[in-house]
Amino acid sequence: MLSTDKNTETATLDIEGMSCASCASSVEKSLSRAPGVQSAHVNFATEKATVRYAAGQASPATLKAAVIEAGYGVTEQAPDTSAVERQAEIDQQKAAAYAQLRRRFGVAVGLAVVIMPLSMLMMWEPFARVVPMTTLNYLLLALTVPVLLYSGREFYTSAWNGFTHRAANMDTLIAVGTGAAFLYSVAATVVPGFFVRHGVMPEVYYDTTATIIALILLGKVLELRAKTQTSAAIRTLIGLQAKTARVVRPDGQEVDVPIEQVQLGDVVVVRPGEKVATDGVLTEGQSAVDEAMLTGESLPVEKKAGDAVFGATLNKTGSFRFRVTKVGADTMLAQIVKLVEDAQGSRAPIQRLADKVSAIFVPTVVVIAILTFVLWFDLAPVQSRVPLALVNFVAVLIIACPCALGLATPTAIMVSTGKGAEHGVLIRNAEALEKAYQVNTVLLDKTGTITRGEPAVTDFVATAGQDAARLLPLVAAVERLSEHPLAAAVVRYADAQKSATGTATPLTGPLAATGFRAVEGKGAAAVVAGQPVLVGNRRLLADENVPLPPDLTTQAEQLLSQAKTVLYVAVAGQAVALLGVADTVRDTSKAAIERLQRLGIEVVMMTGDNPQTAAQVAAQVGITRYFAEVLPSGKAGKVKELQAEGRIVAMVGDGINDAPALAQADIGLAMGGGTDVAMEAAGITLMRSDLQGVVTAIDLSRQTIRTIKQNLFFAFIYNVLGIPVAAGLLYPVFGWLLSPMLAAGAMALSSVSVLTNSLRLRGFQPVKS
Amino acid sequence: MDTAEIIVTAAGLALATFIVWYFFLAARETAVAVSTSGGVQQVDIHVKGGYSPDVIEVERGRPVQLHFFRDEENSCSEELLMPDFNIRRELPAFQTTLIELLPEQAGRFEFTCGMHMLRGSLVVK
Repeated sequence: MLSTDKNTETATLDIEGMSCASCASSVEKSLSRAPGVQSAHVNFATEKATVRYAAGQASPATLKAAVIEAGYGVTEQAPDTSAVERQAEIDQQKAAAYAQLRRRFGVAVGLAVVIMPLSMLMMWEPFARVVPMTTLNYLLLALTVPVLLYSGREFYTSAWNGFTHRAANMDTLIAVGTGAAFLYSVAATVVPGFFVRHGVMPEVYYDTTATIIALILLGKVLELRAKTQTSAAIRTLIGLQAKTARVVRPDGQEVDVPIEQVQLGDVVVVRPGEKVATDGVLTEGQSAVDEAMLTGESLPVEKKAGDAVFGATLNKTGSFRFRVTKVGADTMLAQIVKLVEDAQGSRAPIQRLADKVSAIFVPTVVVIAILTFVLWFDLAPVQSRVPLALVNFVAVLIIACPCALGLATPTAIMVSTGKGAEHGVLIRNAEALEKAYQVNTVLLDKTGTITRGEPAVTDFVATAGQDAARLLPLVAAVERLSEHPLAAAVVRYADAQKSATGTATPLTGPLAATGFRAVEGKGAAAVVAGQPVLVGNRRLLADENVPLPPDLTTQAEQLLSQAKTVLYVAVAGQAVALLGVADTVRDTSKAAIERLQRLGIEVVMMTGDNPQTAAQVAAQVGITRYFAEVLPSGKAGKVKELQAEGRIVAMVGDGINDAPALAQADIGLAMGGGTDVAMEAAGITLMRSDLQGVVTAIDLSRQTIRTIKQNLFFAFIYNVLGIPVAAGLLYPVFGWLLSPMLAAGAMALSSVSVLTNSLRLRGFQPVKS
Repeated sequence: MDTAEIIVTAAGLALATFIVWYFFLAARETAVAVSTSGGVQQVDIHVKGGYSPDVIEVERGRPVQLHFFRDEENSCSEELLMPDFNIRRELPAFQTTLIELLPEQAGRFEFTCGMHMLRGSLVVK
């Protein structure tokens, strides 16, 4: 780390190898003595040295040499390996593991298809007469050994490693099951006489052993393929990052540099069709930028000087320059990736039972298998007790599938949090998802959620005999100089009108105002095109002795009854027009609220406005229940009030004063463009500023939890039914026994089924109203 | 009941008892984190068919660095989950992966592999 101050530079070094405070002082001494060093301070606790030195006389390299001379080391501040590289490495390892798994599977299948028919030939008498059974058994043994040692080796090493850690996993079950079948077969091959003496047929189970391994490996191949897809969303997000940026050097030269080298304050050029390299503020030019990858908003967003731009978004039409304000882990994209990763690592409460079961699953199954063996051995007829006990023992071990239980919840959570991010819905953790699923009431803070949260001109009425199109530029000229938020709304309106109607004004450019004067709490006045113009409230006109004609009075009353703010315009001492200003409802609000209601959710609105305005907005968007005149401090109280009615409440808000209410609610949804505080308090963050995100979040949570429930049900029922059947519980009644090979097939398919069910969530499409 | 049945029954029950004791009841290997001069609590964890040590004691309120070295290619251990800390991390084979966290509450927090088969716990005091 370096910072420059004229000729003196300061460097911070990470010192390694200091074991005591005296080490620190010897490092300090050695550094102080180095040529060019003005001061050196070593902090033992943080293991850092701060050195000031004369530029040119010393450098980080000479400082490092001084530290080494004192007998210590300097840790190079290696640039953090970027998420892209880390992911690439993991992907590479996974690809190699997958290739190896497929080879092992190939060998197992290749040998199993030879072993199976050979074993069956044994039962064919003419063949058995020609080839002695012993020879055939040895041949089968020779064919099975590679299946065990090459294809199945991982099961045995993993089971053993687990055993030494007092841990048992799925491999333990496979290893014990196939191991028992194999060892029994080897004994029957090598010392058949011993079996015959004890009245037991020396049967071999090489086909069972090989087939089980081949089928389990098939399951693993399918599972690995599916699992890669569950984390596809993160990979896609990371892949969005730009690799290079076109940085403008101080001399004006444009240079392409790797994204890791872009610094705060750099100016970056973005041309049409290019990706924005990182987060920043647009300084020059304008364009439309596609931000769909971050916000899910499909329409490009207009950007002009002063607007924030985000890395990984796509520049559409114009070219522009921006100043870098965030790099690396601070960028919006990096934070989204982090949030999704965190969510994918979180635990859903619904999973608790499955977790408890899987903690004791494998040893319990092994105990059940042993008891199965003992019972069959004790209860079956003497001549068939050994094979029956063995076959059922193996079947129990092989059919049991702890994987399906373990995969049921996390895979669904992974797919759905990724899917959410794709649609601009960031889910903090699995618990938030589960809460969103239970929601039956949505409480909306009106301003900024239902409405845009900024005033806009809704009406512009000129008095009889006046031309509105001619008056508007005059009004805009005054308001352009004002800093009042209402004035900004008027200017926006005038600009929009102008671009909508082409050049409606006789003059091409905006008119200039002179002698501007703001009247505190009332409005503004200026001279435009030689005429004095007043824009403000009624009191401004009264102060200036401007009478209000009756038609304008009627219009004003009408606007006021609609809970709008009215601005009066006077030109040359005559009231000529009215402007109605209101916080406008977003275009999408009504449809989204309707959609929520159709999902069976009651939508309640809360606002600080008076009951009149509240009723007006509520009616406009189809809300029947609302709270008006709620003070910011009372918002959380309203949430409690609804909760006291036994409702599960989702609170949707955007501002700082929403944070307590967001936290109080069963689930808080912070709306895009919202504050960090709001996002901290929220379980779900909506990147896009419209209520459709709420619908998407709730819909997604419902589909996800439904999927998880299906998975858990399947995983439990599979094991609960499969294990007793494999143990032979149905044998006394129906004479049914489960072949270990069938058990292996079922087991291979069970975890794949769960995964496939979770992957169905990838097809999630937010319901558009 | 013939002799063989008696032997098989006795051996089976003994084996079952052993399994229950070995996996559920026997004491676990516990390690206490080592603090660096910077106040960071560090623990090296060897991952091979399980976690050793699998019970890790740390102090509350001070940063913890867990160095997981995955000494195998077996896919069982490829993912590490610490749900109480919202951590899901892939552990590359034959590499050390650093997991940093700040335990703010005392308690016992479990960490497991991706399928909840391999287990360990972080005991915060």
